[in-house]
Amino acid sequence: MKLPVLSTSVLAFAALTGAAMASGEKIKFDYWYGLSGQLGEAVAGTCDRFNASQDQYEISCVGQDGYANAVQNTIAAFRAKQHPTVVQAYDAGTADLMMSGEFYPVSKMMADFNIDIDWNDYFPGIANYYASSTGELFSMPFNSSTPVMYFNTAELKAAGLDTPPATWEEFEAALVALKASGKDCAYGYAPDSWIDLEQFSMAHGVPIATNNNGYDGLDSEYVYNTTLHVKHMENIKRWYDDGLLEIRTSQGGLNARDSFAQGECSFYLGSIASHATVGKLVDGAFEWDVAMIPVFEGTERKNTVVGGASLWVLSGKSDDEYRGAAEYLKFLATVESEEWWSANTGYIPVTKSGFDALNAKGFYDNPPYKGREVAIQSLTYTEPGPLTRGIRLGGFIQARSEWVNEVQAALQGTKTMQEALDTSVARSNDVLDKFARTYRGKQLP
Amino acid sequence: MRRAYFKNNWVAALVVAPQLLIIFVFFYWPTGQALYWAFTLEQPFGGGSEWVGFENFQYLLSDGRYWDSVWISTVYALATTVLAMGMAMILALFADRQLRGYQSFRIGLIWPYAVAAPAIGLAFRFIFNPSAGVASYLNYAFPDVWNPVMNGNHALTMVIIAGAWKQVSYSFIFFLAGLQSIPRSLTEASAIDGARVMRRMWDIQLPLLTPTVFFLVIINITDSFTDSFGIVSTMTAGGPARATNLMVYKIYEDGFRGLDYSGAAAQSIILMFLVIALTFFQFKYVERRVHYT
Repeated sequence: MKLPVLSTSVLAFAALTGAAMASGEKIKFDYWYGLSGQLGEAVAGTCDRFNASQDQYEISCVGQDGYANAVQNTIAAFRAKQHPTVVQAYDAGTADLMMSGEFYPVSKMMADFNIDIDWNDYFPGIANYYASSTGELFSMPFNSSTPVMYFNTAELKAAGLDTPPATWEEFEAALVALKASGKDCAYGYAPDSWIDLEQFSMAHGVPIATNNNGYDGLDSEYVYNTTLHVKHMENIKRWYDDGLLEIRTSQGGLNARDSFAQGECSFYLGSIASHATVGKLVDGAFEWDVAMIPVFEGTERKNTVVGGASLWVLSGKSDDEYRGAAEYLKFLATVESEEWWSANTGYIPVTKSGFDALNAKGFYDNPPYKGREVAIQSLTYTEPGPLTRGIRLGGFIQARSEWVNEVQAALQGTKTMQEALDTSVARSNDVLDKFARTYRGKQLP
Repeated sequence: MRRAYFKNNWVAALVVAPQLLIIFVFFYWPTGQALYWAFTLEQPFGGGSEWVGFENFQYLLSDGRYWDSVWISTVYALATTVLAMGMAMILALFADRQLRGYQSFRIGLIWPYAVAAPAIGLAFRFIFNPSAGVASYLNYAFPDVWNPVMNGNHALTMVIIAGAWKQVSYSFIFFLAGLQSIPRSLTEASAIDGARVMRRMWDIQLPLLTPTVFFLVIINITDSFTDSFGIVSTMTAGGPARATNLMVYKIYEDGFRGLDYSGAAAQSIILMFLVIALTFFQFKYVERRVHYT
């Protein structure tokens, strides 16, 4: 009897692979990250490196194309019990995640699985953002950034400035000088609450909201319409009216970062995370550098805080998946991983030992990495105080949106900046109210 | 005469079942859920919720920002409907008259229907870009005359034009079909009597087209309330200082970005009732003026 060749070979193949699968099966777990573009590829790179470094676990990383999408998709998946084990959630989503209670605090997880992590090695300015009121870290700091001032050295020299401005008064003088030397766009600007409101308030040590920016309770109220922030925004409005700055958005053509990278604008205030991207875009066309963001004259500068995101481990998963997640987080916390991450993106190392190791190697001595240590300097300028720990306010994404829209209205001229900020504060307080009532009876952990 | 009816009920049920299932899963179930959420304060991760009755609705209806959004949506709906149907009508009348080359532009005018709203949004964003698009020539001639990035009215105009463009081809198909169903003898008789082209269009073709016009008005208005999301999202993200914050976009922004599920659910319930009410009024009052042949 002639056996049909094709079906026999198929059966044999299936039997063999079946046997192979049964023996060395890796424990799989999912990780949803929000970064996209070049930075997203770098995250995928960390996953590949983790998978290659061991053969017990396999992490499956899926990019969600944006922080807001990552949080939103995770919520939808969570309600259907199809959520990932690890999710990269941004700073603005911290309060919602924290209040949900649906996460496994990383400090507890590492202790449960006997993985030794030196929690004190993390920069306080970073750790405090993601820690409970008792100092217990809830999520793993991963991609931390802080804003810096990018400037075009050659154009500044041409305008008569040898050093970058350190105060806002000097910044204004620089803008005037640049315009006088014939530059069309001295400062490429787009209203961004992270820099103009949050980091500005941190660096100047002024509060954004009561209760130490929300850390001390759910009954906080915004106060930035009464602080130095108003003066800063009124300056921005004045510079816009006088042509000292130009609004640069993607919808209008080039955004502020690309305007700077293409040499159109001389100044750009942005996250250090873009340092690598800007370097690639500029590609040696002109000399540029970064410095700390300016503060008003006579201010005692304080530390800025992180932006970026952290890695949360969600509840409702199996022990095996948690073990895998613990291994992945431990992998990311090693010095080699930090070095790889810092080399491939503009982000800064989150541990002191990581930073020291990189410094010792002379990592920050030469381009393209030279200048990134400015971010660490800004983050560690002082020890975090009650007002410079971070922000823990519910519905913060909506509050940011209110701020941006009101500032846009003020820049258009339909209302004064003070009115705009007053409206923004009033509406943002409504959001806080709603958040407090949604979580009535619960405490901030 | 005996009325014919289909004897086999099981087959009938089986054939209808998939469609009913789809309507249930994608409309009734989410709507029911949204209705429930609209009356509570819902925690995003589902940890609990608190019944608050009509409070979400009260907050929305007393919020000036919400009424701005309703006003902008209404302006958008009316403007796109008028523009789209007007343009489609003119094009259909000329295609019907079989002017030279009408076959090619009859085919070509149907293609835009296949283009998705976000693609249209992106394309028009480039066209209307103040520094690099076609509109930038206007800015060369008269500096700063066109600035949709900072000027809310310009942004709304841009969005309306993109939205109207999207609707033209759909309306065109229906108008052309409607025109071709008008008996040729009518137009020929009036031509013999000495009626010119414009008079024929105005007195014969348009009145006989009213059923089509009525249908398209409903479809266009409903569509402009719901399908405009893709355009706003890719072009202006709600516009400078909320100038293009259509109701459907506000729902997305509040619910998916702001994580305010209860508020967004309340808004979508209001939007649904608004569209239902509009359609109801159109059937009740506008249909009277429709000549059915």
